[in-house]
Amino acid sequence: MIAITVAFLVALACGVLLGRWAAPRRTRRGSRDARPEAVRRILLPFTGSSISRRAFDAAVRLARVENATLMPCYLATVPLNLPLDAALPAQCLRAMPLLETIEQRAVAQDVAIDGRVVRGRTFRDALRRILSDEHFDRVIVSAEHQAGHSLTGDDLVWLLDRADAEVMILRPAPADDRAVAAEVIGHF
Amino acid sequence: MVSDATGHLKVFLGMAAGVGKTVRMLDEGRAELEAGRDVVIGLLETHGRAETEARAIGLERLPRRRVTYRGTTFSDLDVPAVLARRPDLCLIDELAHTNAPGLDRPKRYEDVELILGAGIDVLSTMNVQHLESLNDKVAELSGVRVRETVPDTVLRRADEIVLVDVTPEALLERLRAGRIYPADRIDAALSNFFKIENLNALRETALRQVAENVEAQRVEPVDDVVAQAVGERLMALVEPYPGAQRLVRRAWRSAQRLSAPLDLLWVAPPGGARPGGDGETARSLHALRQLASVLGATMVVEEGDDVAALAARVAGERGITYILVGASRPARGLGRLREPLPMRLVRLAPGVDVRIVADRTRMRGRREQRR
Repeated sequence: MIAITVAFLVALACGVLLGRWAAPRRTRRGSRDARPEAVRRILLPFTGSSISRRAFDAAVRLARVENATLMPCYLATVPLNLPLDAALPAQCLRAMPLLETIEQRAVAQDVAIDGRVVRGRTFRDALRRILSDEHFDRVIVSAEHQAGHSLTGDDLVWLLDRADAEVMILRPAPADDRAVAAEVIGHF
Repeated sequence: MVSDATGHLKVFLGMAAGVGKTVRMLDEGRAELEAGRDVVIGLLETHGRAETEARAIGLERLPRRRVTYRGTTFSDLDVPAVLARRPDLCLIDELAHTNAPGLDRPKRYEDVELILGAGIDVLSTMNVQHLESLNDKVAELSGVRVRETVPDTVLRRADEIVLVDVTPEALLERLRAGRIYPADRIDAALSNFFKIENLNALRETALRQVAENVEAQRVEPVDDVVAQAVGERLMALVEPYPGAQRLVRRAWRSAQRLSAPLDLLWVAPPGGARPGGDGETARSLHALRQLASVLGATMVVEEGDDVAALAARVAGERGITYILVGASRPARGLGRLREPLPMRLVRLAPGVDVRIVADRTRMRGRREQRR
C-alpha cells in the first residue's frame, strides 16, 4: 500500500515538473502579461480612423527598448447635446478595428499593450481626462494636422505645458501618408 | 380599397432633407389617382422648392387648418376636414412634425393614426434621424439632435416603408445647386449637417433601418415569450487585465452584427470586487468599465469561486443566448484533470451557445515567425 502511495506521489510530482518543463514560453509570456506596478507606460493618443505610422513605429520601438507597456488611446468626442458618459457606437465602429490592428502589430513585436477609449467634449478634453486619471511616463503624438480630425497646434502646446510626462511630438513627414489603418487579421 | 378596416400606411424614409421623399410621395399619389382612386393632399411642405410644387399640380389639396395661439397664427393639417372629405388615400408630409399649439393632438403621427383608424390610406414621409431609437445615435453621428421624434412603434406599424435613396455626393450636388435650401442657407448647411461623413453614416443607418424592418415583418413573434427567445443577447466573460479588451472588442462586434445587447461579466474572487484592490487590477477594471460604457455594454461583477456556475446563473437571469470566453492557456499539472470552462458552461447553461474567441495576436506572431 505504501509503495503504491509513494509511486503515485512520484508520478504526480513528475507530471507537475514535466508540465512546467514543457511550457517554458507560456510561463515567460504569463509573467510579461502581469507587469509590475512600476512598469513604464507610453501613451499613444489617436483621433481618427488611422494613426500616424511614424508615431506608431516610434512608440513600438521605445516600448520595446524600455520594456514598457504601450497604451494606444482613442480620443472620442461627445457632442454637447449628449451626456459625457453616453455610448458612442458610431465612433467605436472606427476605433475598435484600429485598436485591434494596433494591438496585433504591437504584440507581433513583443510589446505589451493596454488600450483605452476615453471621452471628452473635445480631443483636448479627452486627453486631459486620461492624463488626470492615469500616470504615463511618455506621450507620443504626431504633429500631423487635419482640420477637425486631429490634435491642433494649440492642443500640442497645451500637452507640452500640462502633461506630467515626457512628450514626444513627431514632425510631420511625407511618410505620414502611410498611416496605420484598420487592417485586422481574421474576422473581427 | 377596404374602407371599414384600418387604413394602409406607407412611409417614404430618407437619410436627410432633399433626397426626394416628398416628390416620390406625390408621384405615387398621382399614380393612384390615375388608377382611379380618390386621392387628396392633406398636407404638403414644399419648403419653397419649385420642383416639388410642380409635382403637386393636378392633385386636390385640402386647405390647412388655421389656429391662433397667443397672438400668432399657425397653419397645420386639418384632420376634421380629412375625415369629412373621406378620400381613399391622403398624402401627409412630415410624419415627425410637432403640431401647432392649440391643436387636438401634439404630434402629426397621432393625427395620422386617427386618419388610418377611419379607414383612410396614408402616404407619409420622414427622415431617419426622427426615429426615436436612433435619435441618440444620429445625434452622435451628426452632432445635431432633432427634437421632433417618432416612436419606433409608428414605423413598425407601417405596412410599407420605402427607402428614398441618393448617394451623398448627389445630395451635396443638389444642395449646392440650390435645389434643397435657398442660397443664403447653403453654406451653413454644408458646414453643419450636410457633411459627407454625416451623410454616409445616415445613409447606412437608413438602409439598416429598412432592412431591419423587412426582417421584423418577415418574422412575427407570437408573444413576448417568443420575442425573448428570438432576440439575441450576448455575454462576454472578462477579467480585469489588458488582454480582456480584445475579447470585449470582438464580443461587441458580434453584438453589433446581431443587433443584440452585450453584457460583460467578471466573476471576481470572494472579496476581490471591493473597491481599492491592487493597483494593476483596479486600473484594468476601471479601463474595462470605461470601455463597456463607451460601447453601450453593461458591466456585471459577481463574486464567487465557481466561474461557470455563476456565469450560468447570470446567463439565465439576463436571458443570454451567447456566452463568449477567451481562449485559455493549456492546463498544466493537476489543472488537466479539471473540466475546461467552456465545457462546464455548455453543461450548466443548456440552450446557450458558447463561443471561444481566438487570440489573433498570437496568430500574427506565428505568421511573422514563419517568415
